[in-house]
Amino acid sequence: MAKGRIVVDEEACKGCELCLPMCPTGLIQMADYYNTKGYRPARLVDPHHRCTGCTLCATICPDAAITVFREVKVRSQNGQSDADTRLSAAA
Amino acid sequence: MKQQWEERVVYQRPRALASVSTGYCPGCTHGLIHKLIAEAIDDLGIQETTIAVAPVGCALFLTDYLEVDGVMAAHGRAPAMATGIKRVEPDKVVFTYQGDGDLASIGMAEIVWAAARGENITVFFVNNAIYGMTGGQMAPTSLPGQITTSSPRGRDVETMGMPVRMAELLAGLPGAAYVVRRSVYDARTIKAARQAIRTAFRVQMEGVGFALVEFLSSCPTNWRLNPAQALEWIKEDMEPYYPLGDYKVSDIAKQLQ
Repeated sequence: MAKGRIVVDEEACKGCELCLPMCPTGLIQMADYYNTKGYRPARLVDPHHRCTGCTLCATICPDAAITVFREVKVRSQNGQSDADTRLSAAA
Repeated sequence: MKQQWEERVVYQRPRALASVSTGYCPGCTHGLIHKLIAEAIDDLGIQETTIAVAPVGCALFLTDYLEVDGVMAAHGRAPAMATGIKRVEPDKVVFTYQGDGDLASIGMAEIVWAAARGENITVFFVNNAIYGMTGGQMAPTSLPGQITTSSPRGRDVETMGMPVRMAELLAGLPGAAYVVRRSVYDARTIKAARQAIRTAFRVQMEGVGFALVEFLSSCPTNWRLNPAQALEWIKEDMEPYYPLGDYKVSDIAKQLQ
């Protein structure tokens, strides 16, 4: 199973909690602190690395606050990977 | 040649979406639909040639949040303005983004005639069954019995009539090339909506004619529901009256899907 992680832009998050039920493994919780707008941002709580980077949470996020990373197998030659240039350039 | 694991970005904010926080209420699906449109603009590579027309309502904020050229139209008149822009600049991709209080009431004449003329524009119609920006008044699309600030006992269909089904109405016009209804309440419907947005843009880019995508959208604040309940309300209450589906897909548009 691929391993993944998400990064939540805590200032963009409005704490709508729509991402919580989307996560198949229930790894997203609301923080116990507030951002500058006064919302409790969502965050990944994944001590056992169960996030697969399925992107469902990011798909439903109305504020596009979630970036999803996933580990993929790549063939490398001399340290040069054949990574998707569009994604790497944008990252 | 050896195999190794590498971390890649698999989902990120689309480039055509401005890097500012929207003014929409938490959980409002306007933001989600903006994001889907921005993804389509990125993928089709039309950011430099797209012109957005946004009329009055929460929809007018679109021009602040999409990194494309945009103009604001008078209430309901976005299809008329888009018609003018498209005829003067036929190489541009022109789309309007309208709410139901705009398109289905004050803008009824403009949208019907734009479709009847078969104008080569794309329309995104966000139907949340209420006037959102002005505080939750009854809209032409409010459901029978729906309680709003201007119908506190619920919409009385004896005096107000039944809600207007815009997609069905416009699909009946010969000029319309692509008319579909989608929603954004779960992963499945979001995927279908994403595909419809791409098709609606491609219909225009290929010069096929008038394309409209209606979205069943949420307004948690004025529905007096939390964001998750609001998505459930779309599914349980709105969708039975406004069935999702393809209402008109011309033969050429079928090949673009």
